[in-house]
Amino acid sequence: MSDYESLRHFADSWGLLGMTLLFLGLVGWAVRPGARARHEEAATMIFRADNNEEHPR
Amino acid sequence: MPATLAKSASLFLVLVVALMGMAQAADTGFAVHMAIVALAALTAALWVMKGATLTGSADPDESRYDDDPVRWGVIATTFWGVVGLLAGLYIALQLAWPALNLGLEYTSFGRLRPLHTSAVIFAFGGNALICTSFFVVQRTCRARLAFPSMARFVFWGYQLFIVLAATGYVMGITEGREYAEPEWYVDLWLTIVWVAYLLVFGGTIIKRREPHIYVANWFYLGFIITVAMLHIVNNLSLPVSWAGSKSYSAFAGVQDALTQWWYGHNAVGFFLTAGFLAMMYYFVPKQAERPVYSYRLSIIHFWSLIFLYIWAGPHHLHYTALPDWAQSLGMVFSVMLWMPSWGGMINGLMTLNGAWEKIRTDPIIRMMVLALAFYGMSTFEGPMMSIKSVNSLSHYTDWTIGHVHSGALGWNGMITFACMYYLAPRLWNRQRLYSLRLINWHFWLATAGIVFYTASMWVAGLTQGLMWREYGADGYLVNSFAETIAAIHPMFILRAFGGLLYLSGALIFAWNIAMTIAGRLRVEAPMTEPPYNPAADRPLPAPARPVGALQPAE
Amino acid sequence: MATSPDQPKPGFSHRTIERNVTLLGLLALITVSIGGIVEIAPLFWVDSTIEKVEGVRPYTPLELAGRNIYIREGCYVCHSQMVRPFKDEVERYGHYSLAAESMYDHPFQWGSKRTGPDLARVGGRYSDEWHREHLKDPRSVVPESIMPGYAFLAEKPLKAGDMRAHLQAMRGVGVPYSDADIAKANDDLTLQATADADASDLQARFPKSQARDFDGNPAMVSEMDALIAYLQMLGTLVDFKAAEAQEQPK
Repeated sequence: MSDYESLRHFADSWGLLGMTLLFLGLVGWAVRPGARARHEEAATMIFRADNNEEHPR
Repeated sequence: MPATLAKSASLFLVLVVALMGMAQAADTGFAVHMAIVALAALTAALWVMKGATLTGSADPDESRYDDDPVRWGVIATTFWGVVGLLAGLYIALQLAWPALNLGLEYTSFGRLRPLHTSAVIFAFGGNALICTSFFVVQRTCRARLAFPSMARFVFWGYQLFIVLAATGYVMGITEGREYAEPEWYVDLWLTIVWVAYLLVFGGTIIKRREPHIYVANWFYLGFIITVAMLHIVNNLSLPVSWAGSKSYSAFAGVQDALTQWWYGHNAVGFFLTAGFLAMMYYFVPKQAERPVYSYRLSIIHFWSLIFLYIWAGPHHLHYTALPDWAQSLGMVFSVMLWMPSWGGMINGLMTLNGAWEKIRTDPIIRMMVLALAFYGMSTFEGPMMSIKSVNSLSHYTDWTIGHVHSGALGWNGMITFACMYYLAPRLWNRQRLYSLRLINWHFWLATAGIVFYTASMWVAGLTQGLMWREYGADGYLVNSFAETIAAIHPMFILRAFGGLLYLSGALIFAWNIAMTIAGRLRVEAPMTEPPYNPAADRPLPAPARPVGALQPAE
Repeated sequence: MATSPDQPKPGFSHRTIERNVTLLGLLALITVSIGGIVEIAPLFWVDSTIEKVEGVRPYTPLELAGRNIYIREGCYVCHSQMVRPFKDEVERYGHYSLAAESMYDHPFQWGSKRTGPDLARVGGRYSDEWHREHLKDPRSVVPESIMPGYAFLAEKPLKAGDMRAHLQAMRGVGVPYSDADIAKANDDLTLQATADADASDLQARFPKSQARDFDGNPAMVSEMDALIAYLQMLGTLVDFKAAEAQEQPK
């Protein structure tokens, strides 16, 4: 079997599985509930300047 | 002041080098370009010595954001936008009526088409990206621009790049690879400007007063870094002479083709997508006055978009001499790219969740929503066209041109116009835009223009693609190539008409921005308020009650 | 940099990336590098990328000068040079293109749009005279054509510069020009565009090269000479016995 065929076989099987699991893991990591408050605060930071609030420490 | 001395000394050095290049030039085009560089260096040197603010105000007000380069950027974006669209309309008319090529080398389609593409992508789009990134990074970092002189150098250096590229195309100076046409010395100049841009942008983030780097800045950073990588690798070439414009690409044939389309597709992916998504992630929430729909979706959006996009280039080379495995990879990743693209669109659109009435009342929001809708449409069409069987029909035809323009006119154009409408009153400290009602005119002219453009190109592409492969009962090809050209002639006229509508909208935009800068306010009925009639807004007089009338039951 | 509003959690979270621009930039660069490396790098070392084909040779100085005019005028924005392996394309344009046929193309000119027909195998399909008339006034020979006229090419003497420097630069990027090719580059250029010249030495070094007065004007070597010389050699180097083009030349 040529290098190309063996690489292709690997990419079609374990490579694909690995990439899928990695992707799902990263998605799970990003959406885990523990990060909710922090995301909320990050998303609204662009409005703070408008309200002339004190800069948060 | 030693800083001024150093600056003017280095500018004079540039002047001397340019004059030497002019004297030694191997071809006329190179001599003209060196003259332009010399003129630019001389102007800049005189300006610096006059102590003007070109390279940083003498006594900056540290309590305000550093917005001069942003203001210049809004003007440059508006100007180059009109120039680029005008060039596009002209070459569209040339395709409908070839006599308009005028028989002159400087006005032929082959030379003006790169002028059009570069003017709209790099001059209009590039200035919009640079100026909005300077605006956004300061606000989200709560800090002034790092290296103010360098920020000014980025602006003016980028304009010089545009002028060199554009004049080069007209004179026939080109590397002959689409969207990477500028020759080796212009590429080197852009590399210097781009590194300075990265330093200003990254430096501002480093000196930020906010702990958090806002999502728009990730997209801007991804765009700046990736474009640097693409630009450097794709433009590797060997000049014939150090005082001549011609160079030969470092790669040949199939390798050159894949490198070029790896670059070309990601110029779309990172210049026209990631950078403009950064604009979306800041300006859509600000205009809607609501935070982005899902911050966690934006994390997934960012990483999956930048990972997947880079693989998609080979779909420009389906069924060519590129090895099959590379074509298949390109197709698979292009189809997967549909997901993060729509994730981003949903994130932008759903930001309006709970404020949908703004689509009716706020013309800027309406423009942003249209931009996102076109983003969604073209990121659906793109993966579809990357499927090999579809591509076998669509490739080499005007369908591709229609697809590109639904993305460029619909997504990049409309989101840029919306951001410029947002920025102009704020940057020049005006109460509001000159006119909100003119935005409506712009909106509808542009929308109608895009519909004419994409529909006519879709029909032209399908017609020609099907005619090319049509066989008669005798087993021979039915149509000669020339017959397919004649068949799509009406579509070329309709396309030019669509371009005319879009350009008219852009002229109204330019007028609106110019009047806003001039501090004028158009007298017009406000758009956002329901009608109010003070005469009607009072209680009815008590009715005269006849004596002895029935009283309500006790 | 201000400290965070809440206590940092132990362990690695996306917030770490969101608060470190160097890390963010580095991770983004790694992320965008993977696809390019996996797709492009193998093309340079996998032998099967470019098949072994007899006949492909570097361009003669005149052909190269013509090719540079082709690039200068932006012909690639409307003409492809890549025949795909479909029945209709093979019958219309000739045998589908092979990677080897563009192995000396710096840059490649495969194109992306066919506003005009494919030119990968246009060589020899039309006479020089047809090309001259077509380039000067396309609609005089193809009424439906929307191509710009290039009459000025016949008026302009070919100022290609020092062709030795051009061939030297091409050798610098990997094209196997011999020392003799480079030394004789300027002479070869004129010779190939001259009628009834002794081209045996040129043709020994560049097999199948055609030498004649392409623009029909013996008074000078014009840009038209160079461009037609280039067009007339396109697709003629590799001998494909099968698959003759079936669309009649107009």
